[in-house]
Amino acid sequence: MALLEIQNLHASVNGHEILKGLDLTVNAGEVHSIMGPNGSGKSTLAAVLARRETYEVTQGRVLFDGKDLLEMDPEEAACEGLFLAFQYPVEIPGISNAYFLRSAMNAVRKYHGEDELDAMDFLPLYKERMKLLEMDEQLMNRSVNEGFSGGEKKRNEILQMAMLEPKLAILDETDSGLDIDALRIVANGVNAMRSPKRGFLVITHYQRLLNYIAPDFVHVLVDGKIARSGGPELALELEAKGYGWAEENEQVLPA
Amino acid sequence: MATVAQRNYFDAYNEVLAEGQEHEPVWLRQLREDGWARFSAKGFPTTHDEDWRFTNLAALARTPFRRVAKDEATVSERDIKPYRVAGAACQLVFVNGYFVPELSDAEKLPQGLEVCALRRAIDCGLDECAPGGIEQHLGRYADANRDVFVALNTALWDDGAYVRIRRGAQITRPVHLLYVSAGAGAAIMTHPRTVIIAEEASLCTVVEDYVSVGNEAGFSNAVTELVAGEGAVFSHFLVERENLASFNVSTLRTEQARSANVASHSVLLGGALVRNNVHPVLAGEGAECLINGLFAGEGRQHLDNYMLVEHASPQCNSRQFYNGILADHARGVFHGRIIVHKDAQKTDAKQTNRNLLLSDDARIDTKPQLEIYADDVKCTHGATIGQIEEESLFYLRSRGLSKADARNLLLYAFAAECLNRMHEGAAREMVETLIKNRLHELAQSTAHAAAGGGSNAAEEETQNWEEVG
Ligand SMILES: Nc1ncnc2c1ncn2[C@@H]1O[C@H](COP(=O)(O)OP(=O)(O)OP(=O)(O)O)[C@@H](O)[C@H]1O
Ligand SMILES: [Mg+2]
Repeated sequence: MALLEIQNLHASVNGHEILKGLDLTVNAGEVHSIMGPNGSGKSTLAAVLARRETYEVTQGRVLFDGKDLLEMDPEEAACEGLFLAFQYPVEIPGISNAYFLRSAMNAVRKYHGEDELDAMDFLPLYKERMKLLEMDEQLMNRSVNEGFSGGEKKRNEILQMAMLEPKLAILDETDSGLDIDALRIVANGVNAMRSPKRGFLVITHYQRLLNYIAPDFVHVLVDGKIARSGGPELALELEAKGYGWAEENEQVLPA
Repeated sequence: MATVAQRNYFDAYNEVLAEGQEHEPVWLRQLREDGWARFSAKGFPTTHDEDWRFTNLAALARTPFRRVAKDEATVSERDIKPYRVAGAACQLVFVNGYFVPELSDAEKLPQGLEVCALRRAIDCGLDECAPGGIEQHLGRYADANRDVFVALNTALWDDGAYVRIRRGAQITRPVHLLYVSAGAGAAIMTHPRTVIIAEEASLCTVVEDYVSVGNEAGFSNAVTELVAGEGAVFSHFLVERENLASFNVSTLRTEQARSANVASHSVLLGGALVRNNVHPVLAGEGAECLINGLFAGEGRQHLDNYMLVEHASPQCNSRQFYNGILADHARGVFHGRIIVHKDAQKTDAKQTNRNLLLSDDARIDTKPQLEIYADDVKCTHGATIGQIEEESLFYLRSRGLSKADARNLLLYAFAAECLNRMHEGAAREMVETLIKNRLHELAQSTAHAAAGGGSNAAEEETQNWEEVG
């Protein structure tokens, strides 16, 4: 059974259709990269999968680990193991990173009927993962993303992912705006999380992230549909020839 | 033709006079007479009165509240238990305005702290109690001519607390004053009067806590006069958690000497109609005050905050921060007035009012007012009105938090701004728990209401000072 199975997905926001019949299958253990021009619908896809209510699904079907994803609330999807690293992580003044993350982990644990983590269980794990992402421990007591640099915000997303250990992680341009060190750190974080049980959907514009995170499949999203799919070489070809090439040669290869 | 309500006030006044005939000193009787004369001449203000523009007192004026006799309501330890504060230095319990020694605990006081019922302090010989006698303080600061609620309280108070912190005493545990309204089957009124004298270089925290036992409507009209001596450091907490049928008007009037540092923390969670007056006068050079508050309402609660900060000396510093959370049809008012007197050069005054509206029907009125008679001053103010942001809510939910929990967390974060301005200690812990519980209720009860639609950014309201005088 596929981890994620998207069939003929149509979605609109404020009455505009953005996704126009998208098909995609991700199996556990696979890393899929989604590329595509600005405004083609990549973040929309991510938001729909994470069940953001402002996006309306008008047609299609999405199965997540065999369950109907489109029936789920954002928190249900999260508890079922879906994680979205935001293109623009949100600042939440007044809530510390540690408190937020522990609350999130406990919400997921509660959903699965597990005991809550207390601070004593949580902190050592949190500190260890912070080390992996080369983050200053002091950040844990600061408000969620408040006053963080762009790179710190992105690392914080990956840190949350590393703590929540999702089945499917969607990374929306986690590489954008990162300097070379931060890019390496983020990529290491992702690679450390790769496992035969976990799938990744990596949205990016650039080959440079894919140099670190070798994807199994690359898809090009154009105007709300997958215009082209292939192996890692597709990303290189895109980098050389641009999206125009992919649009002209629209052909869907079986993933 | 007098209404029943008016007759009740008149009867209450006559009862108070008769009961005090034998033992009340002349100066006190004079205060009562003046207060009554003022109240009976003016009556309750209407919305035509600039200071009451946003708060309609018709329902309060119409309700025939009754003064109850001393032992008319019986309140047991069991009724009080939920309201006890862990870690308090002492607790005074007042039921319907009367001191109840059996429920109070003021036996072993830390050195330098004197706490007793105000009536007792007056009865027991004056100079003994307060420097220069209580008559030097009671009625000296709270102005019955300015405010009819002060006038009414002065005419009708039965009892209240007297707190004195001796020179240099450092009292780290809070003094807890619990004012209980226990409706004896009818709408009752109480007019608690509190006098606090924080002497030179002393340190102390006093919590005034208003609660109700039972669901009957009550009217609490409290006046507190707080005198902070030179270099004193003082925190005052007002906690309003009466039932949702109650009317509560409270006035905190502080007089600060040179370099005195006073913080007023108001936490308004209960009550149907609440008016919270805070009126510090920075009388000595270099005095500082923090006026910090949180008001959270739902249903048809009306929470009105009236701040009047008087800078009367040079180099004083005042900070006002009020955060409001309003759900359903709740309505909030923040009226912040700053008066800078002629000699108050180098005044530094700041005022911030932030509000979260959880429904389209909730409403906040903010009115900043500035009255300046000095030229070298710095005054700033800002007010914002926002909603819970859909984006923040989605972010939290995308990590697994339920919608109600996510809302709760965002509300709490907003309220925490207010908590963070309180010193650590038993008083802060107490209000922290109360706020958490109240916000939890608000988050649950409004989880299905509009989630703030698509609008994300908290709108900044740019409103200019209204210049007066
Ligand atoms: N809330 C919204 N209201 C109206 N239009 C929207 C909204 N969100 C997205 N859109 C529009 O939907 C289209 C797809 O946006 P989306 O963010 O999914 O693109 P993207 O592929 O992620 O682009 P980028 O590479 O720039 O991140 C764009 O034309 C965008 O303007
Ligand atoms: Mg995008």
